[in-house]
Amino acid sequence: MTQSAPMPTAMPAPAPMIALVGNPNCGKTALFNALTGSRQKVANYAGVTVERKEGRCIAPSGQPLRVLDLPGTYSLRARSPDEEVTRDVVLGRLPGESLPDILVCVVDATNLRLHLRLVLELKRTGRPLVLALNMMDMVERRGSRIDLDALSAALGVPVVPTVAIRRDGVRALLDAVERIAAGAADTVDGQDGWSEPDAQELRGYHRKVEAIVAQAVQAPSRSDGLTRRVDAVLLQPVLGLGILFLVLFLMFQAVFAWAKLPMDLINDGLTWLKTAVAAGLPEGPLNSLLTDGVIAGVGSVVIFLPQILVLFLFIQLLEDSGYMARAAFLLDRLMGGVGLHGRAFIPLLSSFACAVPGIMATRTIENRADRLATIMIAPLMTCSARLPVYALLIAAFIPDRALFGGAVGLQGLVMFALYATGIVAALLVAVVLKRTLFRGAREPLLMELPAYRLPRPRNLALGLAERTRIFLTRAGTRIFALMVAIWFLASFPGAPEGAEGAAIQYSFAGQIGHLLEPLLAPIGFTWQIAIALVPGMAAREVAVGVLGTVYSLSASGDALADTLGATLAASWSLPTALSLLVWYIFAPQCISTLSVVRRETNSTLWPTVMFAYMLALAYAASFVTYRLASALMGEPVAATAAVSWQSVIVLPVVVVAVGLSAWRYLLPATLRMTLRRAVGLPQPAVAACGGCSGCGGGGSAKPLDHSRRA
Amino acid sequence: MHGSRLPTQPLGGLRKGMRAEVVGLDEGTVSTTLSPGELERRLIEMGLVEGATVEVLHEGFPARDPIAIRVNDHTVALRRNEANAVFVAVAGGAR
Repeated sequence: MTQSAPMPTAMPAPAPMIALVGNPNCGKTALFNALTGSRQKVANYAGVTVERKEGRCIAPSGQPLRVLDLPGTYSLRARSPDEEVTRDVVLGRLPGESLPDILVCVVDATNLRLHLRLVLELKRTGRPLVLALNMMDMVERRGSRIDLDALSAALGVPVVPTVAIRRDGVRALLDAVERIAAGAADTVDGQDGWSEPDAQELRGYHRKVEAIVAQAVQAPSRSDGLTRRVDAVLLQPVLGLGILFLVLFLMFQAVFAWAKLPMDLINDGLTWLKTAVAAGLPEGPLNSLLTDGVIAGVGSVVIFLPQILVLFLFIQLLEDSGYMARAAFLLDRLMGGVGLHGRAFIPLLSSFACAVPGIMATRTIENRADRLATIMIAPLMTCSARLPVYALLIAAFIPDRALFGGAVGLQGLVMFALYATGIVAALLVAVVLKRTLFRGAREPLLMELPAYRLPRPRNLALGLAERTRIFLTRAGTRIFALMVAIWFLASFPGAPEGAEGAAIQYSFAGQIGHLLEPLLAPIGFTWQIAIALVPGMAAREVAVGVLGTVYSLSASGDALADTLGATLAASWSLPTALSLLVWYIFAPQCISTLSVVRRETNSTLWPTVMFAYMLALAYAASFVTYRLASALMGEPVAATAAVSWQSVIVLPVVVVAVGLSAWRYLLPATLRMTLRRAVGLPQPAVAACGGCSGCGGGGSAKPLDHSRRA
Repeated sequence: MHGSRLPTQPLGGLRKGMRAEVVGLDEGTVSTTLSPGELERRLIEMGLVEGATVEVLHEGFPARDPIAIRVNDHTVALRRNEANAVFVAVAGGAR
């Protein structure tokens, strides 16, 4: 294990690669931004879903450098997928990734005691190493002094002070890097002597760090009094939780309020473009493809960019300021009630914008069972793509009536109820998952609460620009392709001569709708809804556009909502509308989410489980809503009622059967064992047959055996 | 433990405002999902090592769990369960 991989083959005079390594909260990303500015490229490491950030910068001499920002870690002893990447890159073990020429270890200079151990570990790798003492301005402000020469001598590596937030703050670092690149300073012994330290070796590192700190830090640092005073309020048990919920409330207000104007502008722009294209091109398939397919389809997704940016702005503000760790601290015990880790808060919060970044954010949860439980409930958070559907149906079916003397509107209340139902359902699912599949104690919470910092506008801007780029790329490629496909399905084959009704009824999409109708009739859905649900798999909000097409209307967006709403109100019963609303809380209507779950869990099992359980929940909830609403209003239910009760019983049975057979027969035995171990399930007793559990009710009996708490 | 004359107790039993010095780590009594030895190593990596001075700064809600601990120059949040693997001598005796 200690053997490093062979050096990759040299390319023609490549720019030297420097890799930034450091603890979380050491200001590494700020330093990366200071070095590279906007010359950054964010992608994924080959084969893993960890974000890879590379940038370019020019040293004072004109020498170009490549800079790699590695995920933060306390140790090369990796505990999460992110930290594994850092270890493997540093040790040159990651396939497809060249060994960095120079390691820059970034440490928070105000906290050398905690951070220097990583330097000692990195020294063992035998790679050229520079120590960047970040946040030196804070050291001076706190009345402490660090003897750089003594530190450099004790560690045996060049030490440079950096202030990532100042323009000239990285000059000394670039000089030091250049000296090493030129071979002037030799810090390499070339031998990779790193091995995973045990507890005694860690203690040894610590003693050495203590000795070095005693030697090099000349005035004891006063602790950060401001952070402490702020925390006395923000971490006060009751007041702190109140403030946290207030912050979240403001955030959701902002997502709707701030994003409204840019969304209206985008909508106006799209409408103008659509009209212009429709007028400029002759009537025909191309015109229809461009207006109904591309502009309406891609536009319906792009319009959410402002909301997503506002949400990310808030999340990044919370993260950069250091508040996010406090939120996890405040919620850890409460979320522990349903078996979730405090850190699950951040992914779940992101999922209100979109489950895809939310699920990717679960990487910070080290324990696989905790992480899987969080991933499985993330799509139940109401994402912004459900909003257009909610807005359309609520406006059409819920009367705009004021309640409680005008303080609360009925429409707003219904919207809130839909969000709340999603959250409550997520918590219930979490309880069930943690009692059955993901049994076991929670991963320990061991988290640094960093000192509060003022977020830097430059870092925020760079982060948001990157989000925009990723989002628009997705809209321009995958969603674009899907929209073209959907338009094709909804347009061909055309209606036969002399046919009655909308042409779409005869298209592939129409045929699919009619095919699905018997299945969906028990929950009150019409064939038009069935058509809308299919492309809604690609992106939920597309359903609005499809309904518009189906009901032979040509407007889109807000303009559509007015007229389409009226049409829907006239053609659907209230139970049908309520049923569709409830359906949207639960339905696994998002290919992107399922595919990101497949990537993140590296298995097809978990997306299958997610799809099955959400579909079953959606169907059951819609069924109950439809029947209940119909009974209360005395309306007749759909004609196929006789079939419906059977299908309600049959569907869960089919889902469970498919799930079980996927578990038993489709997964190789070794993978199944690994999964069980990964989620902390007891291993099946090893029998002569190899323990396939096929003879002993492996799926249904086990959770009952262990229903008591550990 | 460690021949110290001061009485030692688990860190998880400390209340807000109490200061102490870490005298030893023993994860044997703590129930954890981690492999043996892992909790001890993680605690050391977060600075909870023999000789470190600690102070309980904040307590969570409900049940005063988790706790935020000042460890030398930084602050660490952890649950009382895991904190019980850290044995400390309370400054001025266990009160």
